[in-house]
Amino acid sequence: MIEIQNLNKSFGDKEVLRNINAKFYPGQVNVVIGASGSGKSVLMKCMVGLVIPDTGKILYNGDDFIAIDYKTKKDIRKQIGMLFQGSALFDSLTVEENVEFPLKMFSDMTKEERLQRVNFCLQRVKLENANKLFPSEISGGMKKRVGIARAIALNPKYLFCDEPNSGLDPVTSRVIDLLIKEITEEYNITTIMNSHDMKTLFDIGDGVTFIYKGDLEFQGTINDFRNNKSPRIEEFLSASYFQR
Amino acid sequence: MLLFYNFGRYLLFLASMFSKPEKIGIYISRTFNEMVSIGINSLPIVAIIALFSGGVSTIQTSYQLIASWISKTIIGSIVSDTVILEFAPTITCLVLAGKVGSSIASEIGTMKVSEQIDALEVMGINSTGYLALPKILAGVIMIPMLIIIAMFLGIWGGMMAGMATGILPAEMFLEGARGTFKTFNVVFALIKATSFGFIITSISSFQGYFTEGGALEVGKSSTNAVVYSSVMILCADYVIAQLFL
Repeated sequence: MIEIQNLNKSFGDKEVLRNINAKFYPGQVNVVIGASGSGKSVLMKCMVGLVIPDTGKILYNGDDFIAIDYKTKKDIRKQIGMLFQGSALFDSLTVEENVEFPLKMFSDMTKEERLQRVNFCLQRVKLENANKLFPSEISGGMKKRVGIARAIALNPKYLFCDEPNSGLDPVTSRVIDLLIKEITEEYNITTIMNSHDMKTLFDIGDGVTFIYKGDLEFQGTINDFRNNKSPRIEEFLSASYFQR
Repeated sequence: MLLFYNFGRYLLFLASMFSKPEKIGIYISRTFNEMVSIGINSLPIVAIIALFSGGVSTIQTSYQLIASWISKTIIGSIVSDTVILEFAPTITCLVLAGKVGSSIASEIGTMKVSEQIDALEVMGINSTGYLALPKILAGVIMIPMLIIIAMFLGIWGGMMAGMATGILPAEMFLEGARGTFKTFNVVFALIKATSFGFIITSISSFQGYFTEGGALEVGKSSTNAVVYSSVMILCADYVIAQLFL
């Protein structure tokens, strides 16, 4: 489980996150939603250690990710998989080498074992016969799938997805969403997904965290969110296709 | 103030590279790959610069030495010493700052803006150590080697130009070159080459690593890498000359 306590973050005079308190549970797709510029990405970056919060705690099963020593932090990071908005595949490596990369860096597997694991992960994301292609040679949807395969290569406990279906067509977008849901349940991963796509939220979300201009407005189940009468949530929902 | 801020950031950047590597074998392999990229792939341009700078300095030295009582062997002395002390290390490194520096800055800068560096960090990999350290080591090892080759080719180019234009025969050129040769000059040139190798690779990595934005900023980082590396090479050239000569 990941717990956030009293988290604040400012860039200069601009307060981006104010007193955020939230909990994210294993085996669930926890969707963080909010308008563009609401602070979702900064929150995610704080959670994975790419941005240091001004105050507050981020607890990974009770360990404060900000205060712990370098080695423990590194150990926690090995349990984190992340799917970036732009996939962030290494341009100079093939699909196979991209997925193999974390295994090469952090496991004692032999080359053969690594390749077995790579092929398993690529099959898991339904991407076969693309091993030798470079990221520049594959489509956006395929890149996302390679990103997921790379993220799950080391059997992570925590999976972070930053707007995984942005820039994808609706069919591919749904395939990626369902894949994330399946993997989360199959491996009991704590998945945190940033999105402003309400379809994704209602399709695969188990929990929802709604951020409004840097404040945590709501955290709870999808049903509670749908029935919430907060004007900010209603405004957000009414703007979505499903509520029209 | 901004100068001190950036210098401080540069020092912190260099310090951040030194942490225990995840897998030493991967770092060694990356260093060899960079040695090929920085060293072997730069060989053609280094050879061209060395040959022509040697050739041109023979012709120009001969043009300036018009007195008939001066022995022509002096041309060999002047050209070989100039090539060893200045042309091979400094001119070559200024060109390498353009070729290698822009390549390093744009590669790392593109990785930065496309979140590839973030991906490394999230995995728990020290991104500065993984990306910059092999490049710096490769630069410090390979650039002096390139400079040794440039010295040979520069002197050979000077000798060939002398022969081809009928200014002086090869024997006279070599007699002059041997007459004033000092081993210290080569050591001095290698000290310069090692320093310049460090300057080019570290400044370019730094510029690339702190790229923010998109394609435009990657271009700016690449330009800055070349400009700052070149200026620092010239400053270091002066300081090293002052210290050792």
